[in-house]
Amino acid sequence: MTAYETVIGLEIHVELATKSKIFCSCSTTFGADVNTQGCPVCLGLPGALPVINEKVVEFAAKAGLATNCRVANYCKMDRKNYFYPDLPKAYQISQYDLPICEDGWLDIEADGTGKRVGIIRIHMEEDAGKLTHNDKTGHSYFDVNRCGVPLLEIVTQPHMNSAAEAKAMLENIKEIMETIGVSDCKMEEGSLRCDVNLSVRPIGQEAFGTRTETKNLNSFRSVVNSISFEEKRQIRVLETGGKIIQETRRWDDELGVGYSMRSKENEQDYRYFPEPDLVPIVLPQEKIDALKESLPELPAIRRNRYKTVYGLSDADARQLVFVPAFANFLDEAIAAGATPKAAANFLMVGIPFLLKENNLTENQIPFSPAILAELIALIENNTISSSIGSQVLAELFSQKASPKEIIEAKGWSQVSDTGLISQAVAAAIAENPQSAADYKSGKGQALGFLVGQVMRATGGKANPKMVNEELKKRLS
Amino acid sequence: MRVSLEELAYVAKLAHLALPEDAAAQNKLLDEMESIINLANQLALANTENVAPTAHVLPLENVWRKDEVKNSLTTEQLLQNAPAQVANCFKVPAAITNANEEEKF
Repeated sequence: MTAYETVIGLEIHVELATKSKIFCSCSTTFGADVNTQGCPVCLGLPGALPVINEKVVEFAAKAGLATNCRVANYCKMDRKNYFYPDLPKAYQISQYDLPICEDGWLDIEADGTGKRVGIIRIHMEEDAGKLTHNDKTGHSYFDVNRCGVPLLEIVTQPHMNSAAEAKAMLENIKEIMETIGVSDCKMEEGSLRCDVNLSVRPIGQEAFGTRTETKNLNSFRSVVNSISFEEKRQIRVLETGGKIIQETRRWDDELGVGYSMRSKENEQDYRYFPEPDLVPIVLPQEKIDALKESLPELPAIRRNRYKTVYGLSDADARQLVFVPAFANFLDEAIAAGATPKAAANFLMVGIPFLLKENNLTENQIPFSPAILAELIALIENNTISSSIGSQVLAELFSQKASPKEIIEAKGWSQVSDTGLISQAVAAAIAENPQSAADYKSGKGQALGFLVGQVMRATGGKANPKMVNEELKKRLS
Repeated sequence: MRVSLEELAYVAKLAHLALPEDAAAQNKLLDEMESIINLANQLALANTENVAPTAHVLPLENVWRKDEVKNSLTTEQLLQNAPAQVANCFKVPAAITNANEEEKF
């Protein structure tokens, strides 16, 4: 059997985090009641004129600068004509031949190797409304709220060759857009979605195979699963002597199958032309330079800093930088004096767990980074053990008090009193003669059991290091 | 420039218009299209050698608004012109004609 290579390009749609829509002043809030966020512009009523939101242009330029694109000094909006009830105007305002950003790239890492993925262009456009299909009546129901929500479409080069690479690219885009604050990238709310263009070719063949486009994937899982489905399907078609048809496909995430959406032979003909209702956008170089200056530290640089300055592992740096809210919190906690590794651990394990438990989002940690720094200091100066530290953390989610206040109120201060510890150790040895004998005869793990007994007897408050030492002393 | 019948049918399809079936009516449309295209083609006669390309007829750029939310229409106002409505939504023709084929241009 011929060996095949998969070739993947992505079209990534990012909903911008503006308050108002791209061409009118309606709200963009997600989840509002149906048909409550619309106006004559959204409905395309005769005489209604769009005016572009300044913030959309700024966000689009920032997105381009953060992905190594060239930002155009001159661009314009175009009209893309199509009849579909999700856009009442019967056209979408988008950009055609003069997009705001072109020729970018991002370095990704997948399966242990790095590669550079090119970005062809980023353009601004309006989102369409929402259609709900009713199979029984054969009708669809239209909600205008999403009409005109600003979108960026990021089109990559076909530089990816596996689902892992496509996922890595999408993850990079997500963390960059979140970091620079242009989108919340909530895939479950559709603010980040992706179309996958995929073809296969025998390894060594120069020419691309015929590609298909799987539309509207809204989770990393569906991107990965639809890619492995589609590459297998195409290879099977070719291996059985068939031909790949250039077509748009849909992915059913529940069933784990993709299927053809349209069998139209015609190339789509959108009859683009310059949007007569909007004037060109001119960005002087000084303005573009100023926007570039205003960008925060980008994820790749941040990851590197976490490794070199904070001494975190590559995996830890990746995990933390992927959630900008956590990375920002980490930086602030460290600035407030926290030990990097300890703060990182809280942000990778304890805090995410408690956020989930309390139904909070990553941006809603209910205490300040300085409080985390204080908690870590209390553990490190042996005022409390790390297990008590976890309990204090949980308390921080339910009350507004400093770690010190919580420890005092709960009587959780660590016992470093030599006499008390010595007593508890003696008792533990007396109560567990077998373990003591085991340790003496060389079974090192018996010590852990005895430490556990002492900790239990002292309500977790004994200084574990001192307990260890005392036990060793008495059993030697 | 004469438009072919195939081109006429294609344009009609893009515009969601039914093409008349009798030849006389079709010919009338072809004549009209021809004169429209001839009119537009006069643009090609203009000398544009020293004219900078433009994307708009108005000498304006950067007309924009601040990112501020203002009141939308009420649901009732939004649906005022809806030919049919269900549960505060516009009732529209099926967007999916069957499970495997979506009617979208």
